[in-house]
Amino acid sequence: MHELLIVQSVVTTVTEAIHDQFSEGIRSVRIRSVRLKVGALSGVVEGALQFGYEIAIEGTMLAGSQLVVVNLPVVIFCKQCSELRQLEDVQSFRCPICNTPSGDIRQGRELEIESVEVEEAA
Amino acid sequence: MTTRIVELRKGVLKKNDDLAHDLRARFEDAGILALNLVSSPGTGKTAFLERTLRELRQAGEHPAALVGDLETDNDACRLAASGAPVRQINTHGRCHLEAEMVGDHLNGWLLNDFDYLFIENVGNLVCPSSYDLGETIRVVLLSVTEGEDKPLKYPTIFNSADLAIITKTDLAVACEFNAELAHRNLNEVHPGIPILELSSKTGAGFPEWLEFLAKRRAEHIQEGSAYS
Repeated sequence: MHELLIVQSVVTTVTEAIHDQFSEGIRSVRIRSVRLKVGALSGVVEGALQFGYEIAIEGTMLAGSQLVVVNLPVVIFCKQCSELRQLEDVQSFRCPICNTPSGDIRQGRELEIESVEVEEAA
Repeated sequence: MTTRIVELRKGVLKKNDDLAHDLRARFEDAGILALNLVSSPGTGKTAFLERTLRELRQAGEHPAALVGDLETDNDACRLAASGAPVRQINTHGRCHLEAEMVGDHLNGWLLNDFDYLFIENVGNLVCPSSYDLGETIRVVLLSVTEGEDKPLKYPTIFNSADLAIITKTDLAVACEFNAELAHRNLNEVHPGIPILELSSKTGAGFPEWLEFLAKRRAEHIQEGSAYS
């Protein structure tokens, strides 16, 4: 259950980045949502992130915002097919077409803040 | 009122990853092979490390260890009996080690004095998988008493490891442990992962483990000097 620490890190990173971007106009800025890319191998669970997010944003400039989790499946490279293949789950690292095992992971470890939706008072 | 999207593209664990990157460079400069040991509680990490430290020292090597637990310095006391420098990291409730904790506990040690640094993570197969500690090799341990399907239950950590070690093989018969099935499951979640089997009690499998360490350290030093 390290998701609370993860979302606290999201709050800190977003707060710093928004302060950098808007500096003086910061008072008129409201954060509506935060998009987070979460790979299937990142070791975090969406439900726990959402639960932790509600607690972590209290009393911060992110209060009232929504956490949008973009779940990314694992993508491996299959040597046999010379193709990228998306996996349905993380229990079996085999090409879903030809069944060849592959440890060549091209997507699935992401844990990244993609973007922030910001509302500015005119 | 205007709405706009601010692109960030920032890693959530960037702070930890940056610190881990610095630690990796320090270990490389000092010629240290750093290993991060992860497993469930009770797999036998400490007994495994006790024997590893003792045998490495008997072979004239210079290992050191950091050991993570929520509370107590019991494990550090056990490991210090080997004569190797050992420090305890108490996480006070945190379920994993972070690069910053490792960095803080290296203060005052001359890394050049060591050949190997073992970092025993908190017993947990979930949270430690997200945190890079600057290690060269992540070792996941699985005991014969835990069942052959552990890799399928916790695929993320088994996938992130560079080596799997099956421990407590002296109990394999009593537990009706199916080694072939365990190997198959490990390969299912991490095709081609190297696997060692050993018993920290009898010492079976330790010659292969020490051989693995020596080989990987030699390769690591060679790679390090190739970059510099």
